[in-house]
Amino acid sequence: MRRMSAATLTAALVLTLAACGGGPSSEGPAAPDQLDPSADLSKQTLTISNWDKYMPEDLPATFKAKTGTTVTVTKHATNEEVVAKLTAGGDSGIDVAFVSGQYAQALAEQGLLEPIHPELVPNLKNLSPEATQLAYDKGNKYSVPYTWGTTGLCYRRDLTGYDPDSWKDLLDPRPALKNKVTMLATERWLMLPAQKVLGFSANTQDKAQLDQVKDTLVKAKGNLLAFDDTTFGDRLKSGEVALAEAWDGWCPTDQKDIKFVVPKEGSDLWVDTMVILKSSKNKEAAHAFINDVLDPEVHGWAVSNILYKVPNAAAMAKVDPALLKNYPALAMTPADLLKGEGLVDLGDAGPAYTQIATEVTAK
Amino acid sequence: MRGRVRRLRAEPFVLLGPGLAYLLVFLVVPLGLVLSYTVFKRGRFGGIVYEANGGNFARAADPIYADVLMHSVTLALITTVLALLIGYPTAYVIAHLPARWKAFALVAVVLPFWTNFLIRTYAWIVLLNSQGLVNSALIDLGLVDKPLQLLYTDGAIVTGLLYAYLPLMILPLYSAIERLDPQLREASANLGAHPARTFLSVTLPLTLPGTLTGCVFVFVPSLGNFVIPELLGGGKRIMVGNLIRDQFLKARDWPFGSVLAAAVVAVLILLLTAQAWTARRFSGEEDHA
Repeated sequence: MRRMSAATLTAALVLTLAACGGGPSSEGPAAPDQLDPSADLSKQTLTISNWDKYMPEDLPATFKAKTGTTVTVTKHATNEEVVAKLTAGGDSGIDVAFVSGQYAQALAEQGLLEPIHPELVPNLKNLSPEATQLAYDKGNKYSVPYTWGTTGLCYRRDLTGYDPDSWKDLLDPRPALKNKVTMLATERWLMLPAQKVLGFSANTQDKAQLDQVKDTLVKAKGNLLAFDDTTFGDRLKSGEVALAEAWDGWCPTDQKDIKFVVPKEGSDLWVDTMVILKSSKNKEAAHAFINDVLDPEVHGWAVSNILYKVPNAAAMAKVDPALLKNYPALAMTPADLLKGEGLVDLGDAGPAYTQIATEVTAK
Repeated sequence: MRGRVRRLRAEPFVLLGPGLAYLLVFLVVPLGLVLSYTVFKRGRFGGIVYEANGGNFARAADPIYADVLMHSVTLALITTVLALLIGYPTAYVIAHLPARWKAFALVAVVLPFWTNFLIRTYAWIVLLNSQGLVNSALIDLGLVDKPLQLLYTDGAIVTGLLYAYLPLMILPLYSAIERLDPQLREASANLGAHPARTFLSVTLPLTLPGTLTGCVFVFVPSLGNFVIPELLGGGKRIMVGNLIRDQFLKARDWPFGSVLAAAVVAVLILLLTAQAWTARRFSGEEDHA
């Protein structure tokens, strides 16, 4: 779910263009490697690709202390950027990548991922049972969930004067809120409110449904202040915005009067995952790394530092109650989260989504 | 004698070599790649599937893309004209400052470039939002009674572009005006021309190449910018730069992104050709050629 900050747009474009080498690799799915549970991890090295500030800064050091494995971290700004690297053909040199669920699905379908060997990741037992029910990879065959959450309405109670509970409050705001609402700019989430209001799937590929989604969004745009992925939190604080479509972890509910609600029509369930590349030569260490992340102490870091829920019951149990008070969305249960619709890869319908986003923003 | 002729023939190539090699590696080859992508299919996960596909061009004919291009050209043109109106007098004044002040003024023009472009753009958000400095000042002065919608408008986009690229207008203009032989203006005055007439008949034509260079320097990046429309325009009206970025980074549709990029490059090549032609004509090089 992590997306690029505006600060990285240019770099991302340059990198993606630079990665324009070849088409996707044609490797088919192969039988999983036989892995050695007693391999000497201190002889292995790992290259991890992750978003910036998305895991503890000292994790490579602590992991080396435990296992002797040297870890190099490379950073990506977007899913698209790391996927471009991984699919460019040849060995990307990356052993473990953090990507969103729908991208893990796409990589797995291309045969680029090593299946997870559960016997090498004993900490999988820490995962909530719900975390094995994720639409993009049921049973976590190719990916291990790292963080998960949903999308809803973030609002200033003192400015709205009421508690919104529907995506309609956003798409067709009350007159007093005209030009005081923002929606997310990234296309899956730009589409989400309209999809849910119309009762469609967040993954719909139906042409007629997508046309209706487009019409709804074109109409909604007239009342919108902006499509904003990056600064809506600040705008809510300053009072320039009264109501924003927001990811749960990005709604500054520690501020007086700012609240978060999942609309009654339902929402999405996004998941960021860890995957092991088939091309990795250090798969035992890669599994050990994922196992280490699932340690409640390490995994809990994500909750207190990036304010995202983790699908790790043991880690969630340790979350500071004061934090839960400030950020009630962190207390959403896995069962509640699973009511959201899991985002899956759109495959060939991808361009249709982009086309709609273009048509909405072109006029 | 023969030796000399030979050397003259080889010399241009030796001198141009590094420049040509640079252009080949960093312009012709990448551009050729982009052009070659336009005829293939989108890889499902980004990248290119090497199967012929003519549909990319048909898709680009959709009026929606022409709309975006026209809107972008309009905003870039407005930016360029404003930059010229502000930049010409500024460059003129700087060129006529005493040497010590000249250096100072030039540094002041270039100084913003030493700050990160995004930070400068974000600063405009701080200035223009409804609680921002500009609105506060307007209200305090009693000019308006409630905040104006300044941010997230085409006006905000033009302001951001103008601010970002104005130095690119001032610098070539400065160098053109600076190079102007003051005797020409004196001659014009001696022959009885009014200062305005001198400006129109002497200064302006002679600085036209610099003017055109400045215009191209401002127009080209304005047309391709995608950060400012997103941050200051609120992403509600995209420009062609956003369109191309989205094809590569979001839709994973490199062939179609390449078609759109090629269209923009074609527009720019036309412009640059026109500029080069005019510059030659007005700098009188044609007569010597």
